Amino acid sequence: MNRQRLGMWWFVGTLVFSLLSMLVPLPDVLEPFKPYWPALVLLYWSLESGDRVTLGLAFAMGLAADLLDGVLLGEQALRLTALVFIALRFRSRLRFFPIWQQTLAVLALLLNDRILLTIVRVFAGDALPPPIWWVSPFVGAALWPFVFLLLDDLRMRLRLQ
Amino acid sequence: MGQDSSPLFAGSTGTLRLIGYLALAMVLMVLDHRNGWMWRMRHGAAVVVEPLYRLAGLPVEGMRTLSVAFADRRRLTEQNQRLREDLLLANAKLNRMAAVAEQNEHLKELLDTQRSLDLNVQLARVVGVDLGAYRHRLLINMGARDGVKPGQPVIDAHGVMGQVIQTLPTTAVVMLITDPNNALPVTVERTGLRVIAYGSREGDRLVLPTIPMAADVQAGDRLLTSGLGGRFPPGFPVGEITHVAPAPTGMFLEAQAQPSADINRSEDVLLLHDQAEPAGPPEPVTPMGPPAGLAPAASSSAAPPPRPAQGGRR
Repeated sequence: MNRQRLGMWWFVGTLVFSLLSMLVPLPDVLEPFKPYWPALVLLYWSLESGDRVTLGLAFAMGLAADLLDGVLLGEQALRLTALVFIALRFRSRLRFFPIWQQTLAVLALLLNDRILLTIVRVFAGDALPPPIWWVSPFVGAALWPFVFLLLDDLRMRLRLQ
Repeated sequence: MGQDSSPLFAGSTGTLRLIGYLALAMVLMVLDHRNGWMWRMRHGAAVVVEPLYRLAGLPVEGMRTLSVAFADRRRLTEQNQRLREDLLLANAKLNRMAAVAEQNEHLKELLDTQRSLDLNVQLARVVGVDLGAYRHRLLINMGARDGVKPGQPVIDAHGVMGQVIQTLPTTAVVMLITDPNNALPVTVERTGLRVIAYGSREGDRLVLPTIPMAADVQAGDRLLTSGLGGRFPPGFPVGEITHVAPAPTGMFLEAQAQPSADINRSEDVLLLHDQAEPAGPPEPVTPMGPPAGLAPAASSSAAPPPRPAQGGRR
């Protein structure tokens, strides 16, 4: 029982941590390369424990992220819901991909996410972002194997569900 | 064909649910875009949001502390020396200016204008938090409880940085002048030409897209706030023009300018307290009536006060 509760806390903890890392700024030079951490962590959980991650959770997490960065309420909720939906739909396939194939899939998901974001921002009347802005999904995908292995390893070590 | 068994509608990831959530998100976005709900919700959620900001600001704070702790002695001494020199120079200039300023005040009194040269400022610290990519905004550690109001100009030692757009109880969000959504009325110092400076897409400079073809503008010209629009007081340095070229449309000259403020590096900023008097016709005088004691009771339920103006061109 206790272990299950601990697992729950670990799950919630990683999600909160990903929101915090979204807020932590990088040095100016690295700023455009910052990956979208909440998406990476949510992807990990939707692949590894698909019954805990639902569309509702993704939506709630997106709302929390929107409240934190204060851009447009509902923007990240929309993006994360779409992302988790695709991940859960193809979960059974994605889980058994070799890691490099999984990385490509994550890249596609993150690019899709950026496209959604651009559409939303353009509709909201913003200028198009500069080209370097499109690098972030590639950085996110490049980090994916490490995020995946790290989170998996920690979970194994703590013997959590 | 039973729809329940088809994969489209199965389980907790059903397409219907997806459509529902996406529609909800869109409704939220439209409502927020129309009436700015977000900030009312953020005020409600400030209890949770602000500690998280503090927490997320810790790494940057730590880096600053570390860089001071481990900076070598020589560099600190050098910096100290340089600051002393700057202070000396600034004081000397101030002393010389004092006489001129007094004379100026005097002349202005004669001319019956009320613009004063005094600065009423409040020092605030920048909280190192990333508020979304390519939104050129800063978070400062002063909020509504410290008397910060939306619309207040924010400057640093070198020039204008931006204006407060929203306040939470103990923090406030500043929109930088380099934000693409920001427009700032400026004058060219050398010629007195009035133009409008917009933020740029890249977010590191200012763009002046609507200079008349015949205007005399050169690289190296300094830009000052013009005080039009009544948000920024006149005469603060804004930037320096780096280059001028005809705009793609051929109707105007387009100039780019480098902001004078250390937009990305400032740790401490100043909040200006007295805002410029709004340009335009004076407020209508309230009509004289009978004394308040004699007024009918119904008049006490006057119209609610108007909403404060929003910052910038949001």
